[in-house]
Amino acid sequence: MNIVVTVKQVPDTWAEKKLDASDRTTDRKSVDNVMNEMDEYGVEEALRIKEAHGGEVTVVTMGPQKAVETIRKALSMGADKAVHLTDDALHGSDALQTSKALAKVIATLSPDLVITATEASDARGGVMGALLAERLGLPQLTLARKVTVDPAAGTVQIERQADNGYALVEASLPAVVGVVEKINEPRYPSFKGIMAAKKKPLTTLGVGEAGLDASEVGLASAGSKVDDAEPRPPRQSGTIVKDEGDGGAKIAEFLATQKLI
Amino acid sequence: MAEVLVLVEHADGEPKKVTAELLTLARTLGEPSAVFLGGPGTYAKAKEYLAQYGAAKVYVGESDDLADYVVAPAAEVLAKLIASASPVAVLTAATPDARETAARAAAKSDSGFLWDAVGLTPELVATQGIFGGSTIVQSHVTKGIPVIAVRPNSTAAEAAPGTPTEEQLTIEVSDVAKTAKIVDRVVEAKSGRPDLTEAQIVVSGGRGLGAGENFALVEKLADSLGAAVGASRAATDAGWYPHQNQVGQTGKTVSPQLYVAVGISGAIQHRAGMQTSKTIVAINKDPEAPIFELADFGLVGDLFQVVPQLTDEVEKRK
Ligand SMILES: Cc1cc2nc3c(=O)[nH]c(=O)nc-3n(C[C@H](O)[C@H](O)[C@H](O)COP(=O)(O)OP(=O)(O)OC[C@H]3O[C@@H](n4cnc5c(N)ncnc54)[C@H](O)[C@@H]3O)c2cc1C
Repeated sequence: MNIVVTVKQVPDTWAEKKLDASDRTTDRKSVDNVMNEMDEYGVEEALRIKEAHGGEVTVVTMGPQKAVETIRKALSMGADKAVHLTDDALHGSDALQTSKALAKVIATLSPDLVITATEASDARGGVMGALLAERLGLPQLTLARKVTVDPAAGTVQIERQADNGYALVEASLPAVVGVVEKINEPRYPSFKGIMAAKKKPLTTLGVGEAGLDASEVGLASAGSKVDDAEPRPPRQSGTIVKDEGDGGAKIAEFLATQKLI
Repeated sequence: MAEVLVLVEHADGEPKKVTAELLTLARTLGEPSAVFLGGPGTYAKAKEYLAQYGAAKVYVGESDDLADYVVAPAAEVLAKLIASASPVAVLTAATPDARETAARAAAKSDSGFLWDAVGLTPELVATQGIFGGSTIVQSHVTKGIPVIAVRPNSTAAEAAPGTPTEEQLTIEVSDVAKTAKIVDRVVEAKSGRPDLTEAQIVVSGGRGLGAGENFALVEKLADSLGAAVGASRAATDAGWYPHQNQVGQTGKTVSPQLYVAVGISGAIQHRAGMQTSKTIVAINKDPEAPIFELADFGLVGDLFQVVPQLTDEVEKRK
C-alpha cells in the first residue's frame, strides 16, 4: 500500500489566535505552532494500515518553511518520507486553492490511499477530504470512524459517521479517506523514532516545481476576502451563586425570569 | 428578482429546521429557489414545508444515485444548476454533508466558498466567528458565484406561505461521482430528542458525572426542558455518551437559546462549540472552573444535588 497522509501546522490550540493585522491571514508568527492535533489521528491510521498490509507512508504538507517541524513529528511517529510544498506565493491560499495545490503534489505520488483528518483547528473548514477527492477524481470516504482496507480485493470500506449512527461506505482503491478523531489513539514518537526521522527523505517543492502557476494560489487570487476582523465582545459577566440547598430552584427561577421555561 | 439557490437540508425528505432558516435568509438577498436533492419519492415530504417558508421555485432532483453515493452526485447536480441558473448566491447548511457538497460544487464552478456564516447582508458580506468564536470576521466572496454554508440556528425562521413553481431536474451523474457507495445505513441512537445543532435548548454533561449511567440525570433534565443532550469530549472518550453528541472543537458547534453545562470545566476546545449560545447556565462544584467565565448564571454546587432539584422545579412550573 502506497499511502499519502496530509498534515498541517497550525497555531497551538491553547495559544490566543489572531489574524495578522496587515493582510488578515492567520497570524502564524506570534504563536507556537504545532501539528494540527486531528492530523495525528490521520498519521496514526496511515501507520496502522501500513503495519497491517505493508507499504509506505508519505507525509504531504503545504505551509511555511517552519512547517518542517510538523513533518518531522509525522516522520518520528513512523512515516517513511515527506513532501513539503512551500513557497511565499502560497501564503493566504484558501481551502479551494490549497486543495488544488495539494492534489497536484499528491497525484505525482500515485497513492493507493490518501488519508486526511476531518478538519484543522485553525480554519475548521472540514472540507479538505471532500475537496481532495474532487480534485483527484477519487472516491470520497470522509468522516470515517473506522477504516477497513482489503488490498487483495483492492477495496476500502469505512463507517461514515452520521447524526444518528453511521453509513457503511465502500469504494475501490485508490481512494481518499478522511478520519474523525474517534478512530484511534495516536502514538507518541519514540526516542528512536525521533532520531530516525532526521535521516528520512524530505522533498521540498516550490510552486513552479510542483507544476503550479503562482497566479492560481495565494491571497491575491483567493476566492474570498476578509473585510474586517474584531475580537468577540466579552460576554457580560453573569451571576454566580453557591448552592445553599436550593440551587436547583435558583436556576429554575433564573430560567423563568429569562422566559426560558 | 435575483435568484438565490437554497440547498434543502432533509432526512429522507423530512426537512430540517435549518432549511426554513436558509429560505428566510435567502429572501433578504433575492428570490429563493429551493434545491431538493434526494432519493426517489422523498420530495413529497418536503413540498409543503418549502412552500410554507417562501420558496418561489423548487428544483426537484430525485434519484437513487443521490441517495446511494457519498456527496459527489449532489455536488455535481448543484454545480450544473449553478451554471444554468447563475444565481446571485448559493446557501447551504453548515452541516457535514452539506458543507462537503457546497465545497465540491464551489470547486467545480470555480467560485469562492465561505463556511460557518452566522449572518449575511444583502450585499453578501458574511459574518463568521473564527478561532473558536473568539474573533468575528466579515468576509465576502470575490470569485464566481458565492457559495455560503450557514450555521443552523443563526437566523430566526419566518413563514411566508406561497405556491412555488416546480422544475424536475434530470439527474445524470458521471461515473466518477458514483464511486463511494453507501451499502448500509445503521441507526444507533434514536433518542426522540431534538437534533443537537438545531435544538433551542441543549443540556450537556461532562466528566463531573463520574459514570455513564449518571447521564440519566442529564437526560431527565433535558427531557423536562425539551432539550437535546450534549457531552464533553471527556464524557464521549470515556464511552459514557455517543461521539455524535460531543460539543466542541472536534464535535458539534451549537448555538441554542439556552445551554446548560453540567459537570463541565469549560476547556477552550469545549467553549469553541458552545460559546455563541444566547444564554449559558453552568453547574460545577469548582468555583474556579473556567466555564463560569461564560455563564450568565453559574451555580457552584454538587450536580447530584442540583440537577434533580432543577428537573423537579422545571416539571412543577410546566
Ligand atoms: C485536539 C483536541 C480537541 C478537543 N475537542 C474537544 C471537543 O470537541 N469537546 C470537548 O468538550 N473537549 C474537547 N477537547 C478536550 C478538552 O481539552 C477537555 O479535556 C474536555 O473538554 C474536558 O471535559 P470535561 O469538562 O467534561 O472534564 P473536566 O475538565 O475534567 O471537568 C470536569 C468538571 O466537572 C466538575 N465536577 C466534578 N464532579 C462534580 C460534581 N459532583 N458536581 C459538579 N461538578 C463536578 C469539576 O469541577 C470539573 O470542572 C479537545 C482536546 C484536544 C486536545
